[in-house]
Amino acid sequence: MTVPSPGPPSPVPVLALGDILLVTLPGELHDATAEQLQQDITERIARSGATGVVIDISGVDIVDSYLGRVLAEIARTAALLAARTVLAGMRPAVAITLVELGLTLTGLTTALDVDRAMRLLSDPVVERPEAVDRTEGSP
Amino acid sequence: MMEVLPRRPAPIALPIGSDADLARVRQHVRLVATELGFGLVQQTKLVTAASELARNTLVHGGGGQAEITPLEEGHRTGLRLSFVDQGPGIRDVALAMTDGYSTGGGLGLGLSGAERLVHEFAIETGPGRGTTVTAVAWVTGVPAPRSGAGPRRPGAR
Ligand SMILES: Nc1ncnc2c1ncn2[C@@H]1O[C@H](COP(=O)(O)OP(=O)(O)OP(=O)(O)O)[C@@H](O)[C@H]1O
Ligand SMILES: [Mg+2]
Repeated sequence: MTVPSPGPPSPVPVLALGDILLVTLPGELHDATAEQLQQDITERIARSGATGVVIDISGVDIVDSYLGRVLAEIARTAALLAARTVLAGMRPAVAITLVELGLTLTGLTTALDVDRAMRLLSDPVVERPEAVDRTEGSP
Repeated sequence: MMEVLPRRPAPIALPIGSDADLARVRQHVRLVATELGFGLVQQTKLVTAASELARNTLVHGGGGQAEITPLEEGHRTGLRLSFVDQGPGIRDVALAMTDGYSTGGGLGLGLSGAERLVHEFAIETGPGRGTTVTAVAWVTGVPAPRSGAGPRRPGAR
């Protein structure tokens, strides 16, 4: 049985939607690609004055401590450049695994999907370091 | 009538020498775990543990290999993952297993976290002896309903 070679890592595209940068992570991310992405996002924020970054991880099968650290660093760096980061669409199996692994990702804002992440970022919001309140709309 | 034997994936060893190799190990563990009948959450835990341990082999052990071995014991099916290197070894295993302990500026969650993600976990190491970390997980069925939790509905999906 052979496994197809993952092939050379290609950079992850960063799209601009108004003031928000949207990044969709591929299912399999090499370490070098993740690090490159961190640099790309930071430069894009500085250049464009984007006020928000949405990282869509709905296609990501696993988040290990390396990728988790890169995501947390992206959010911290973006915050220094006055942009808020929202992690969108984490798979339930990934969430369960992250908790057991012990990776808390404190300071990272999350949303169930990209739509909700975009809406969240268009809200004029006071600092809210914890995860997104999912009870909105309830009485 | 022909008896249908379950096809069991063969044991395999994969090199760990670059971050592309880490990706290959993750993909292979996913593939084998799926074939063995692990559920999605267990697959995710196994691949995550494999990613942590393979990265340790690369970063701390200077490279080595991953051995991916399907297990069958009576009625249970499992997967053994061994990560082998000839690097410096770990002087104090208990310390290395502590959440948050890292000699490389990491989060120090790889070893201790990987242990929590599997059923069996062992480290063979010593200064100058290299390091072998072995993790085993067994396919777990749907948990049986607790007594008093109501009658089983055989036709229920
Ligand atoms: N294969 C190995 N060879 C030598 N030392 C190792 C090996 N694996 C782990 N270690 C030691 O154990 C420590 C803890 O490992 P662990 O994976 O928990 O954390 P880390 O790799 O430093 O950070 P991360 O959270 O990014 O994984 C390492 O810092 C290293 O000193
Ligand atoms: Mg590690």
